[in-house]
Amino acid sequence: MAIQNSLKNPPISAKIGMVILVVFIFFAIFAPLIAPYGEAESIGKTWASPSAEFLLGTDNIGRDMLSRIIFGARMTLGVATACTLLSFLIGITMGLLAAVAGKALDQILSRFVDLMLSIPILVFALMILSMFGSSLFTLIITIGILDSFRVFRLARSIAINIVVTEFVEVARLRGEGLWWIMVREVLPNALPPMIAEFGLRFCFNFLFVAGLSFLGLGIQPPFADWGGMVRENGRAIAFGIPAPLWPAIAIGLTTISVNMIVDWILSINARPSGASAEM
Amino acid sequence: MLRLIMTRVFLGCVTLFAVTLLIFAATEILPGDVASAVLGQGATPETLAAFRIELGLDRPAYVRYLEWLTNALQGDLGIAMTNKREVLATITPRLYNTLFLAGYAAAIAVPIAIILGIIAAINEGKWIDRTANILTLGAISVPEFFIAYILILVFATNLGWFPSLSTVYGDMGFWQKIHVVALPALTLTMLVMAHMLRMTRASVLAIMSQPYIEMAFLKGLPRRRVILRHALPNAAAPIISVVALNLAYLIVGVVVIEVVFVYPGVGQYMVDGVSKRDLPVIQACALVFGGAFVLLNTIADILAILVNPRLRHPR
Repeated sequence: MAIQNSLKNPPISAKIGMVILVVFIFFAIFAPLIAPYGEAESIGKTWASPSAEFLLGTDNIGRDMLSRIIFGARMTLGVATACTLLSFLIGITMGLLAAVAGKALDQILSRFVDLMLSIPILVFALMILSMFGSSLFTLIITIGILDSFRVFRLARSIAINIVVTEFVEVARLRGEGLWWIMVREVLPNALPPMIAEFGLRFCFNFLFVAGLSFLGLGIQPPFADWGGMVRENGRAIAFGIPAPLWPAIAIGLTTISVNMIVDWILSINARPSGASAEM
Repeated sequence: MLRLIMTRVFLGCVTLFAVTLLIFAATEILPGDVASAVLGQGATPETLAAFRIELGLDRPAYVRYLEWLTNALQGDLGIAMTNKREVLATITPRLYNTLFLAGYAAAIAVPIAIILGIIAAINEGKWIDRTANILTLGAISVPEFFIAYILILVFATNLGWFPSLSTVYGDMGFWQKIHVVALPALTLTMLVMAHMLRMTRASVLAIMSQPYIEMAFLKGLPRRRVILRHALPNAAAPIISVVALNLAYLIVGVVVIEVVFVYPGVGQYMVDGVSKRDLPVIQACALVFGGAFVLLNTIADILAILVNPRLRHPR
């Protein structure tokens, strides 16, 4: 009862988070219909100040800031979502496999993940992107795989507690195969605690992609994306023009919104052990 | 205890070795071939082959790895492809700059974060705790360049207290340097402090749920005394590892900040190297960052052993 009540009545912070997120997702889907100008259209002076014509002013080559932010929602949110989905797909599969398939494989996978996590993820990503170049495809694959190591750790630590329960033993005795046990017995029980983690990993990947784009190594022009927009307009700040702050605010609003929703989900079902919101 | 510490040091060395292997594997063995990556798509097969031989790519990978490793151990990090200068000569002053920035930020962030974290834990649920919670959550959620630009807008553009670009020279005086590097250091401080404050608060509160703390409360001791005398000594170990962990985070956070402020450190060198596909530079920078990361994590483990008597005897 209590759980159903809190599901129906999210706290005000979670409601605000949902509204902001829905607006951004709406931007992303219907960008060409909403945006007053085109994505790469130069229509004004460089760094024109906000006016009725350009609500947030214009950018370094006279494109409308608001339109760029609306179009940028597509790339920025899309890439981060794709990375997180990929990372959860790999991380959960490997994590459950490590928990179900026995000690030897578990040891191999776990030590491998320890090794991969011994280098800071940004340094790792920079090395790989320097070799493959920053196409959208390599970007998603690289971040997805690098992030999956953290998902693996969480999925494994949750699954290990499920594997020792009676119903899994029954399934084993019934002669079910490895795949059946992973997908039909362990997965449904491991998913609920992973939902909040999905939000947190999304935030991390979202900031990570924005950071890479800011460094000029993430999403490449002519696509509008929020991190790259901060980079393009960075010099304006020295003249007191707030142009780079708008996309940065959009990035911050997104992560804060997701965090507020995650907080609400966490308050419904208690945090699993081994979960980490940091880094 | 000494044996335990030696084990940690040994494990650290093994990890460091693994890191070098990983760096080499990521940059040279993966299907993206260095020669074609550098020359681009316009290269003919003949120039590709010639360039491969020039780079020594025709030899087996393990030979190249051993050569690279032994050279690196002797301080020879190779020659940058773009400007033909020795990587070591470029990276040394930059490493000094990066360490200066990181040390500067840590000197401010560590004491403030720990004290505020403990104060927040003492006043759990009161306005000071809530304010700290909201502010730190905000600082964690926004990208680092956002904080940087806000600070530039306020302190450089509007108030004019600090320069917006942190250009440092070799013969700059210490206090002048402190002044020029103030904004990047402040940005880093806010980032790391937020993490550290939250984790310090969490580790103090985790100890607060122990039975002996309840006992102290039941004896009628004031909350302040229970926390400072009973909880804090036991929270020291987690707090120390929190600090070391965040210093490791600082090492990475430095990359973006250096680019924002055009600060001549290792992070900017690496980003430059990546955009120019300068392999020896990328490898050397990755080695520096990876090494610092492993070192700090090992130090964290060792300090945790030293601080916590229960960890001194392996079970």
